[in-house]
Amino acid sequence: MKVNRRAWVGILFASPWIFGFLAFMVYPLAFSFYASFTNYSILREPRWIGMANYQELAGDLVFQQSVQNTVLYAIGAVPLGTILAIALALLLNAKVKGLAYYRTLLFLPTLVPMVAQATLFLWVFNGDYGILNALLRMVGFSPPNWLGDPAWAKWTLVIISLWGCGHAMIIYLAGLQDIPPSLYEAAELDGAKAWQKTRNVTLPMLSPVIFFNVIMGVIGAIQIFAVPAVMFPGGAPSRSTYMYASYLYDNAFQFQRMGYASAMGWVMFLLIVTLTLTATKLSEKHVYYETK
Amino acid sequence: MSIRSLLLVGAILVATIALAILGERATTRSASTDRVTVIYWEKWTGQEGEAMRTIVDDFNKSQDKILVKYLTISGIDQKTMLSAAGGNPPDVAGIWQDQTFQFAEAGALTDLSPMANEAGLTRDYYISSYYDALAKEGKLWALPSTPASIALHVRPDLVPKEYSTPETFPKTLEEFDAMCEKINVRRPDGSLELAGFLPSNPGWWNWSWPLLFGGQIADENGPTVDTPEAERAFEWVLKYSKMYGVKSIQNFQSGFGNFASPQDPFMSGKVATELNGVWKGNYIKVYRSDIPWFAVPFPYPKDRPDLANHTFLSQDVLVIPKGAKNVKEAFEFIRYVQRQDVMEKLCTSHGKNSPLQKVSEEFFANHPNQAIRLFDELARSPKAIYPPRTGFFPQLNSEHGNIFSEVNTQAKTPKQALSAAQNRLSTLYAKYKSQVLAK
Repeated sequence: MKVNRRAWVGILFASPWIFGFLAFMVYPLAFSFYASFTNYSILREPRWIGMANYQELAGDLVFQQSVQNTVLYAIGAVPLGTILAIALALLLNAKVKGLAYYRTLLFLPTLVPMVAQATLFLWVFNGDYGILNALLRMVGFSPPNWLGDPAWAKWTLVIISLWGCGHAMIIYLAGLQDIPPSLYEAAELDGAKAWQKTRNVTLPMLSPVIFFNVIMGVIGAIQIFAVPAVMFPGGAPSRSTYMYASYLYDNAFQFQRMGYASAMGWVMFLLIVTLTLTATKLSEKHVYYETK
Repeated sequence: MSIRSLLLVGAILVATIALAILGERATTRSASTDRVTVIYWEKWTGQEGEAMRTIVDDFNKSQDKILVKYLTISGIDQKTMLSAAGGNPPDVAGIWQDQTFQFAEAGALTDLSPMANEAGLTRDYYISSYYDALAKEGKLWALPSTPASIALHVRPDLVPKEYSTPETFPKTLEEFDAMCEKINVRRPDGSLELAGFLPSNPGWWNWSWPLLFGGQIADENGPTVDTPEAERAFEWVLKYSKMYGVKSIQNFQSGFGNFASPQDPFMSGKVATELNGVWKGNYIKVYRSDIPWFAVPFPYPKDRPDLANHTFLSQDVLVIPKGAKNVKEAFEFIRYVQRQDVMEKLCTSHGKNSPLQKVSEEFFANHPNQAIRLFDELARSPKAIYPPRTGFFPQLNSEHGNIFSEVNTQAKTPKQALSAAQNRLSTLYAKYKSQVLAK
């Protein structure tokens, strides 16, 4: 009886969160799932149409292009971001003077708001006056038009994504500092050089952190929205930067196709779940967990 | 935990939830006044926002029954739509003309025609095209706050002397194209330094190119994108793309600054001519008052002299969302804005022409835009066009942006781009009819 009362008190204290979770997460999720099987234009009652929205997605060329753009972006941004974040974390894990300042300096870019970041990079990547192209010209390259050329615009977004790698870098750094020094000492006794220690001690011990960051990176890449929306309105040029989330947003709020947008949302969810499960399965042999 | 503590926690929780549910609402913010409070959401900020705030203050001072509360809202279109769906919209919202029918067909707006007719705000009170752009099948969905017409802005110091006055400037597209070729200046490395005209600058009205060649992009049966006029229009766009070169345009245009800055290509002397609205004069006054300029109607195809003096119109409009609590009072405010003296004050502050049929001489005399008479005449032209009155316009607009981009980058021929867009839009329109129009 006493336990029951304690449980109720706990629930009571947690109730604002429970209420918020039910009202702002569970209900919208359930409603969007229902809406994905309906004609729903916000101001009219949803009308049941079965699988029609999902069938339409299968033949929608703009949807396919947005998926292709997003997947290419993820293929570029996630591995590059991971490599850069690990490299920076390894550098910051070294015992050098002024380390705290370097860490702060490298983390600072992640605090810049998305819109400010996008505006800043509009100037950096400016074809005529951008600092990047000015530097490339100085060293003898003939730089591309990053923002106006459909062949380059997507890759501009990939490069910009590296600006925010400080977040992952901090997590890698924490992971690196968690590796017992005794493992490095043992490796040194066996005559291991720096690269061998990195390959055979650091990376295996860091593998759960890498796995976590890659999964989070993939989810973030699939949901990319703000930076392309500011830098490339309408997915310009020629829809080469039209991302999944942008097309979903346009369908929901520009074209009033909330049912279709809901279906896109659920397909995105399934895509993320499938990728996460596949990655988990594939990583079983490569990720080392101490507790296993 | 004692029963007393439990009751205390319970009471705090109930009070929190009650406050959340019964607390301040968007349309019931009560002022300490006996007046009816009208909530007015508007998109404008800066100087334009302040100009409207002055009008609101004047209205509030002019009577003692209604108090208009003016709120600047970002993303006003989506928020108005969602608040209407949620049953708690503002009483007045300031949206754009090209969204009016999207809102109306979705059932988000109040028909203003009974109140407008009673107040004498009928078609003959307005320049007909401005009124027609907001009315359909006997229903009136919005009234203007400030309107605009579009014309070709010209830098006489950058065009050949023989074309440097409004009178001698080319009237037909063929003459205009030939003039632009003479204006273009390239640097030794081949990059552009000065362009006569760029169809992609500012690139805000890609849906209008077919209309400027005498076509239309939709009729009562849906999209009509792949017409001969549209093909001709985009062939003309392609001609400029070929004249400059795709990469050259991309590099050149990436160096353009924001239109509201001295780095604007027209103001900084990178383009000699630019298609833009009446508001352009305002920006020139603020950022580069030293440059000479004039405005002329956009040239017409030589074989279509009937298209002379064509322009397209845009408007900022006031609507009463469906479900607004104080419709009568909201319309009272809208009616006040339509008064000739009030409208002229607002349009002068915004640097725009008036949407009203009757315009005072003082308005023209005191207006900050040197070409205001031209913009007024263009708005009155029988060739003035406006976006198709369909809620499907956002898709039409989006597809035309893509057609333009594909043609301008020479990724597709106009015929290919138009045909693909027509197929896509036809399918989408069928969905729109069943989903939004419920037909």
